[in-house]
Amino acid sequence: MNEDDIARLVREVLADITARNAVPADAASPGEGDEAPDVTAVTTRDEFHVPHPANREGYLAMKQSTVARLGVWRAGPRYNTYSMLHFRADHATAQDAVFTDVDPGWVTGQGFIAGQSLCHSKDEFLTRPDLGRKLNDETRDLFRRELTRSTVTIMVGDGLSSSAMVNVPEILPAVKQGLQGFGIEAGPVAYVKYCRVGAMDDVGQLIGSDVVLLLIGERPGLATGESMSAYMAYQPRPDRPESWRTVVSNIYRGGTPPAEAGAHIATLLKRMLDEKISGVDLKL
Amino acid sequence: MKLKTTLLGKTYAFRDIKDVLAKANEVKSGDQLAGIAAETAQERVAAKVVLADLLVGDVRNAPVVPYEDDEVTRIIQDDVNERIYDSIKNMTMAELREYILDDATTTNDVRRLSRGLTSEVVAGVAKLMSNLDLMLGAKKCVVQAHCNTTIGGEGVFGTRLQPNHPTDDPDGVLAEVMEGLAYGVGDAVIGLNPVEDSVANTTRILDLFADFQDTWNVPTQCCVLAHVTTQMAAIEAGARSDLIFQSIAGSQLGNEAFAVTGRVLQDARDLMASRGGSTGPNVMYFETGQGSELSSNAHHGADQVTMEARCYGFAKRFQPFLVNTVVGFIGPEYLYDSTQVTRAGLEDHFMGKLTGVPMGCDACYTNHTKADQNDIENLAVLLVASGCNYVMGVPHGDDIMLMYQCTGYHEAESLRALFGKTAIPEFEKWMVDMELITPERKLTDRFGDASIFLTERQGAR
Repeated sequence: MNEDDIARLVREVLADITARNAVPADAASPGEGDEAPDVTAVTTRDEFHVPHPANREGYLAMKQSTVARLGVWRAGPRYNTYSMLHFRADHATAQDAVFTDVDPGWVTGQGFIAGQSLCHSKDEFLTRPDLGRKLNDETRDLFRRELTRSTVTIMVGDGLSSSAMVNVPEILPAVKQGLQGFGIEAGPVAYVKYCRVGAMDDVGQLIGSDVVLLLIGERPGLATGESMSAYMAYQPRPDRPESWRTVVSNIYRGGTPPAEAGAHIATLLKRMLDEKISGVDLKL
Repeated sequence: MKLKTTLLGKTYAFRDIKDVLAKANEVKSGDQLAGIAAETAQERVAAKVVLADLLVGDVRNAPVVPYEDDEVTRIIQDDVNERIYDSIKNMTMAELREYILDDATTTNDVRRLSRGLTSEVVAGVAKLMSNLDLMLGAKKCVVQAHCNTTIGGEGVFGTRLQPNHPTDDPDGVLAEVMEGLAYGVGDAVIGLNPVEDSVANTTRILDLFADFQDTWNVPTQCCVLAHVTTQMAAIEAGARSDLIFQSIAGSQLGNEAFAVTGRVLQDARDLMASRGGSTGPNVMYFETGQGSELSSNAHHGADQVTMEARCYGFAKRFQPFLVNTVVGFIGPEYLYDSTQVTRAGLEDHFMGKLTGVPMGCDACYTNHTKADQNDIENLAVLLVASGCNYVMGVPHGDDIMLMYQCTGYHEAESLRALFGKTAIPEFEKWMVDMELITPERKLTDRFGDASIFLTERQGAR
């Protein structure tokens, strides 16, 4: 893939996002027709409920300077019903991203070599970050068998957002094509359930690849449940400092588009291999 | 000193007082993560029994971090009033709990008592209290402080206006300030957590606040929550700040992780005395939160409630105007769910007040904690019922910069209405003058309309 191809891909993705995000201006007010309104169809910048503002024009202009939920009005001292439901919908998105497991059928369908950290449950995963950084014995055996030592090992982990997996089918091909363009071989993709970032150090030590890339779900913000991070390191080991990792964060359709991120990641991996360093030492 | 007890036919022995304090805690995921929590519910009760029977003097003489090694311990121990301590050192911890809760014990009695307590004793009492005990105990400890206005009066409930913005954009910040004030929020402080911790940015936001405050004669205090040394540099260069903020921890090692020492805080306070923008004498603002010491591996094997109490003992040295725990921010590995967050909020408020600092609370949660807005509203109600000085106010409970949720602008007047409280008196009068509320505290059509600040100037009214 050359630079023109990447640019074209990015343009297509961005156009698609713009089309998907277009919403009617009067959304999040009582619905018409046979459906209740979609309270999430309006952005917080555009949602406005103050009935008789002293300065409507000024208020709306002011709201453009922040995504904070302003101009939401009230019922007595309490929240307006629709702004409250919008907030609840956004929190629900975040909660579902954290507390829902990734569908095992999806993992199999992607052809990943699938294993698990030392955590046995979501609860244990949330309360014991130390266990999420280590592979369980079965996974160690599996990875040792199936993940042949290669220049680049790619890992996917659920992390704190199962919803972030939606980015994987867009990032992975972009990364692989980018690497192919540089003539770099990547082996089969490993998947780790209940995965913390530190699990990549365990994999690095186990497989002995030159660089490891981990695509992992970020802790969701309100209404940004799909955000994913890419952590990369040259010869990662558990005793290396966190500053040895290079990270590209905020990957999702509303942040850094996944295809664009994938191409960028491939370039970073190439530089790590060339310079044999990563993290803060790799000047970006 | 008895470190052993028998409960239902089984004998439980504890290593030392630090072990008793840890195991006597209500369940906290952070103590489990640290590997110091009680292993069974019965062991937890056994630890409480042993703790109840210890003398105040036993607990004072066993600081969880040695005096020689730790500045926080030294400050706490050195600030004890020995005359008051001598009068209570032979009380058991059970007797101390009952003395605090006794009808005959007045607010003045508790304030005097608090001068004789170390943070380990404060934490120990909290561990013997139920949630309602913590609330009643805290309500008795009225702690007022004065900066430009007086916080903590009975019948008064304050709020911090927190106009955070992902890029510190001045227009966006100002929009959030206007909206908050229109909802009667900001009497405790207007305080921004900056994204960029620089002198230039801190100065820019302080100037913005000062200009707005002067234009509208808002009787409150303003602050930018950058690192203490950043704020000091801005103030030395002429910026006007009413308070100096810093996050603090319950051990010297924990404070080092925040790049702060007692010396730096004393220098900051001295600087405010000569260059501060406020009346004082209380010019410091501190934030704390259970679990921060463990997260920086600075807990010395002690539990998170005891370490939190030590933050308040350390804070008291600097006579702050505001201290608040940020109770649900740290995540489920320290406070697992809403039950633990609620308990911690009530513990922290009680321990702060018993220590003698003017305590508020950021009742909040992150998206990977099993808590939601209902839980945080519940906690806010419990806190106001306990006499909490202030909580936070962010637009609709959604902090778009720190990416967590806490109490929203709308909670301020809802809670005041529920409990028949007012804002801080000077601010309350300003709300009436601005025709946001009537003198009878009815909300007007202007209440909640931020655009009133776009069309008028105070002088023209």
